[in-house]
Formats: sequence, structure tokens, C-alpha cells
Amino acid sequence: MQGVNWVALTIFVLLFGFITWLGFAAARWRKGDLELLHEWGLGGRRFGTVITWFLVGGDLYTAYTFVAVPALAFGAGALAFFAVPYTIVMYPILFLVFPRLWYVCNKHGYITAGDFVRGRFGNRWLALAITITGIVATMPYIALQLVGIQVVLGAMGISGTGLMADLPLLIAFAILAAFTYSSGLRAPASIAIVKDILIYITAFAAVIVIPMQLGGFGKIFAAVPADKLLLAPPGANTTGAYSAYATLALGSALALFLYPHSMTGILSASSGRAIRKNAALLPGYTFMLGLLALIGFFAIAAGIKGLPEFAAGFKQFGNNFAVPALMLHSFPAWFVGVAFAAIGIGALVPAAIMSIAAANLYTRNIHREFINKNPTNKQEAQMAKWVSLIVKVGALAFILFVPTQFAIQLQLLGGIWIIQTLPAVMLGAYTRWFNSWALLIGWAIGTYAGTTMAISAQLKPTYPLAFGGHIYPGYTAFYTLLLNLVVAVVLTLVFNAMKARAPAADATAAADYHA
Amino acid sequence: MNASPKIRSAWSWWYLLFVVQFIGVLWPPFYNKVEPTWLGVPFFYWYQMLWVIIAAVCNAVVYVVTEKS
Repeated sequence: MQGVNWVALTIFVLLFGFITWLGFAAARWRKGDLELLHEWGLGGRRFGTVITWFLVGGDLYTAYTFVAVPALAFGAGALAFFAVPYTIVMYPILFLVFPRLWYVCNKHGYITAGDFVRGRFGNRWLALAITITGIVATMPYIALQLVGIQVVLGAMGISGTGLMADLPLLIAFAILAAFTYSSGLRAPASIAIVKDILIYITAFAAVIVIPMQLGGFGKIFAAVPADKLLLAPPGANTTGAYSAYATLALGSALALFLYPHSMTGILSASSGRAIRKNAALLPGYTFMLGLLALIGFFAIAAGIKGLPEFAAGFKQFGNNFAVPALMLHSFPAWFVGVAFAAIGIGALVPAAIMSIAAANLYTRNIHREFINKNPTNKQEAQMAKWVSLIVKVGALAFILFVPTQFAIQLQLLGGIWIIQTLPAVMLGAYTRWFNSWALLIGWAIGTYAGTTMAISAQLKPTYPLAFGGHIYPGYTAFYTLLLNLVVAVVLTLVFNAMKARAPAADATAAADYHA
Repeated sequence: MNASPKIRSAWSWWYLLFVVQFIGVLWPPFYNKVEPTWLGVPFFYWYQMLWVIIAAVCNAVVYVVTEKS
């Protein structure tokens, strides 16, 4: 690869230094007692509409998204644009379901989905299933954020062998771990503001400057091969790319808010109203994501892959190198530093929130439920801080010792797993009609079927469902969610008919779900 | 105290503005075409980007009207 890009690296390090200071200083922001779990792990539920916008935006639209979506457009074309309908239809879901969850969690002091399910259904095993699913789905997600950092470090020409090769990543990681430990959710909330501003600057600069260099959008799209420009029209007896596109968008939207880090970001809002307002404001990020997806096409038009100076990068990082390579190709070195810092810092924000969310889950729903039933507040917060460190070390080990492809595949499976918690969490916000054991069995069958289907489809996100002589390719998570729901409904009816044991008491009341 | 939660949780016809979004963006036959292009951008892309703005406006409308009632 080319030598070290010192100008870009200097800007990158300066910006990184700034957010490191910010991360530690954040402990004193909207000051609270960080020895209480809801202060450390939810920022004291004090973030208003604007901070929630930055925090949830920085949380959901991760650095990996900003690298992987354009990379998918670069490699696969129009299919990558499913990220846009995905991040449109998720906001009505946010608007309808999550203010209810916010109110009930606030009222009862719940800080995780596991807490809510435990209270709503009174079944510790269902809560445990929700909790383990959350932690397992989150781990590879954290690991992928580190891939984002790795790619930009590589693009700045930082290379080496053995420990030296991994040293910059280790430093970034130590910083992340330290400020998360000391400041909790306040750290990513404050850093998200810097990160989002940098990302917006980068995205708009890219969308204005690069098309000018390449001779306009008409020329760019003319350079995209015809088979990548649109979805392939379905043949006879199949719904082809159409059903794949739509179910990927809908299934991803249903899954996203079930991830522990989404829940943590949403529950840290100061009111249900702040969440509803954000259903109208957060699409601002969707618009930017759409613009960034187009950057994949810019990279095709610029002929990035044929340039000899980027050959080594593509060899090492695959299509994920497309965006960094295009930045290097199109921008002066100082601005490359800004853009890469945006991606690198953009990785730290969600990684911090994810590790906090996983720590909250372990502390509340495993440790307190099964190991130490009566911790003091201080013990509980201290436990969460330690777990957040362990989670990050785990993710780091993952990236250093396991092939990246494996993390990507596990993250794909994570989406299939996390969506199986929808009946208990999202429908649970509306009704407790379901029998909790029926929900647990539905979860188990959905998880098992999803994993098997994904493996039989060679770990592609879509599964070619054959039915009545037709083939309906669709997102495996979506299909298995339907299976899960059918099982949960049928078994609830069966259990009710059998007059099985009376269900455990609901700790929540109907009025708890509103202002 | 008792009346306002009832209103908040009830169905609102304005929620149809949510349904419209699902139909508009989750049915690819509507938009899987190149023409008409806009500033050189194929229909497939600018149509979906336009929906981001429409969706944000819809959500804002639903917020304002349901917050008032």
C-alpha cells in the first residue's frame, strides 16, 4: 500500500484527541450520580429532543453502515438502496410502539427489554431468552464497528506486522473503553454531536464535489452497468428481487429497534414526546444515508477499482475499501483526515452504546435475576462498568483473531435472532394476551428455523421460499418472524383451552403506558 | 388525568399517513425504472429519496395533530 498519509493522519489524531477529552469531560455533563445504573447506563433519562436526535442517530446509523452500504452499492448495485425504504418505514414503528415502552419503563425503573418482559409477563425464562438474544446479537455488531476503524486506518497507510499492525486499533479501543467506563452513556451522547456534524459535512461535500469532478450525475449513472442500475425484474414463477428488496427493508426496520443499543438510546430520552418528535426528525439521517449509498456509484464511475494505488487496499478490505479509496482519490489530504475521523469516531459512538446496553442486560437480567438477587445500587452500577469492559475486549478479540467475514455473517444471523424478540417486546407493549410460554416456544422455533435457513442459504440474507410452485425470495428474519408469531398465537390458544396454570401477575397497568 | 391517556392510546385516522409510507416504498414495481430521470438521476433513486422527505412530513403532521388532541 502507499506510504503513510501524514496530513490526513494528523487531522485524524487531532479530532480523535478532541473527542477523547470530550468523552471524559462528559461525566460532568447534566451531572448525576454515576454510581446509579440508570445514571451511568441511561444518562439519567435526561436527554431532550435534540440530544436524542444526535444520540439515536449516531447509534443507529453506524460507521459500519456508512462503509458497508456504499460498498454494497459498489458491488451489488440497486439492491443496496433497500437501506432507504428500511430507514423510512422504521419511524412509524418508533412513533407508535416506543413512547409506550418509554412510559412503562420510566414508571417502573426498567432499563432493558429484559426488565420490561420480566415485569409484563412475570416469566424469568422468557426474560432470559430476550436478554441472551440481545447480548449475542450485539457482540458481532460491536466487532463490525471496529472493522470501520480498521479500514480507515489502513487507508491512511498505517500498516505493519504483528502487534504493530494492531496497535492503532488497540489505542482507539483503550480510549473507548476508558471513557465509557468513567462517563457511561453521557460519553457517546456528547461525542455523537461531533461525529454527526463531521459525517454531515463529509456526506454533503462528497455529494457536491465528486459529481462535479466526474461530470455530473448523468455521467455517473451512465457508468453504472445496466444490471446494477435497477433491481432485476422477476422471471416467471418468482417474485425475485422485488420481494427480497421489500422484505429486507421491512424486516430490518422491525429488527432495528429491538437491538439493545436502540433500546438504550430510546430509553435515555427525557419523555415519550421527545421520541415522537424524533420520528419526524430522524429521517434527516436517512436522507444522508441515501446520499452516501450513491457514493458507491461514484466509486464505480471514478474507476477506483482499476487504480494501482488502491489494489492492495481492495485486496485487504474488499469492497469496504471503496469509500475510503474514493475519498483519497477525490479530496485534499486534510479533508480526507476529516472524513476518516468522521468514520472512525462514528464507530466509537455505537460501539460505546452497544457495550453499555449489553452491560445493562447482563447486570439486570442475568446477574441480579440469577446470581446476586439483592445488589446495592453501587454494586449494580460497578458490575455494569466491568461488564462493559469485558464485552469490548470480547469484540476486540473477535476482530483480531477471527476472519472479518465471520463477524459479518454473525451480524447477519444476529438480525435473524433479534427479530424473534418482537412478539414479547413490541406486541408486549400493546397486549399481554400472549401466554409467556407460547412466546418462549415461538422464540425458540423462530431462532432455530432462522439459523437453519440462513445456513442452508449459504449465509445470504435472503431465503428462496418455495410455496405452491412459486418461489418467494425474502429476508429470512422476516419469514421466521411470521413463523414465530403463528406458533405464539396457536400455542396461546391451546394453553388457554387447556386452562393451564393461571398466568403470573402483570407488574404493569394499562395506565403506565401513557403520559 | 384519565381522559387524556384514552385519547393518546386510541386509533387515530391520521395514522393512515403511516400506512401510505409503507405502500409507497415497499412495492418496488412502482419505482423500479430509469425514466423519468431528474438531473441525470434515475427514477429508482430520486423517487425513494423524495419519499424520505414525504415520510418526515407525514410523521411531523401525525405528531402535531395527535399531540393537540
